[in-house]
Amino acid sequence: MRKSEGSTRRRFLKFAGSAAVIGAVPVVSLRPVGATPDTMAAAIRTVVGTAAVQTGKVKLDIPPLVENGNTVPMTVSVASPMTANEYVKSIHVFNEKNPQPNVGNFYLGPRAGRAQISTRIRLADSQKIIAIARLSDGSFWSATAEVVVTLAACTEEVI
Amino acid sequence: MASALINVPKKAKRGDVIEIKTLMSHIMETGYRRTASGELVPRDIITSFTCRYNGEEIFRADLFPAIAANPFITFFTVATESGKFDFEWIGDNGFSETASAAITVE
Repeated sequence: MRKSEGSTRRRFLKFAGSAAVIGAVPVVSLRPVGATPDTMAAAIRTVVGTAAVQTGKVKLDIPPLVENGNTVPMTVSVASPMTANEYVKSIHVFNEKNPQPNVGNFYLGPRAGRAQISTRIRLADSQKIIAIARLSDGSFWSATAEVVVTLAACTEEVI
Repeated sequence: MASALINVPKKAKRGDVIEIKTLMSHIMETGYRRTASGELVPRDIITSFTCRYNGEEIFRADLFPAIAANPFITFFTVATESGKFDFEWIGDNGFSETASAAITVE
């Protein structure tokens, strides 16, 4: 008798424990449908056309975990000698889940000396960020970063 | 209303790679936010930023709503000659601001 009582209690505690774990998972809030991996791919296509995008050369510095998606520091740098014959023409940054897939386009030239830009961006959700660099020889290089956002930007109510 | 903060070294040696930091105060309203009564707040962002060095464009950026309020942009250039940097921000609702900074190159 005592034994079976204990087992139901144990079972109850086990159940309560697992419910608490489920409860700890953040509830997905309702937002207007925004950029998706597909729209991001389309936005990337409008920039690169049919060219292949290779991984490498680009370094995307962004914190992996941010508390506030309203202002996320980001630095993109590209390994390039930045000479008159070999330089980075432009850097394009895209996101996966903001209402719009573009973040910014930055046009440099051989006079930049160093292919590096910094800015602060908004992230509406935890998502993937892609930076793509167009080099003077027509090739495209990219870097990807995953960012976890605890407080989202963009879609909150205006008070 | 709008104000810019520019950070350019006052002096540089010829050939030095210098960092330029810019900040323009602007709300960068995304156009995706709603008021408590459910109305969409119209978009009001800066869409373009340009930097010219003695008249020649050395850096340009297209900005989107995903750029945080008070756009902060930093980039690099090679100090080639003494002169002036001209900065220009253009945005929605006829927003247009300029700023400049001088540099002495030795």
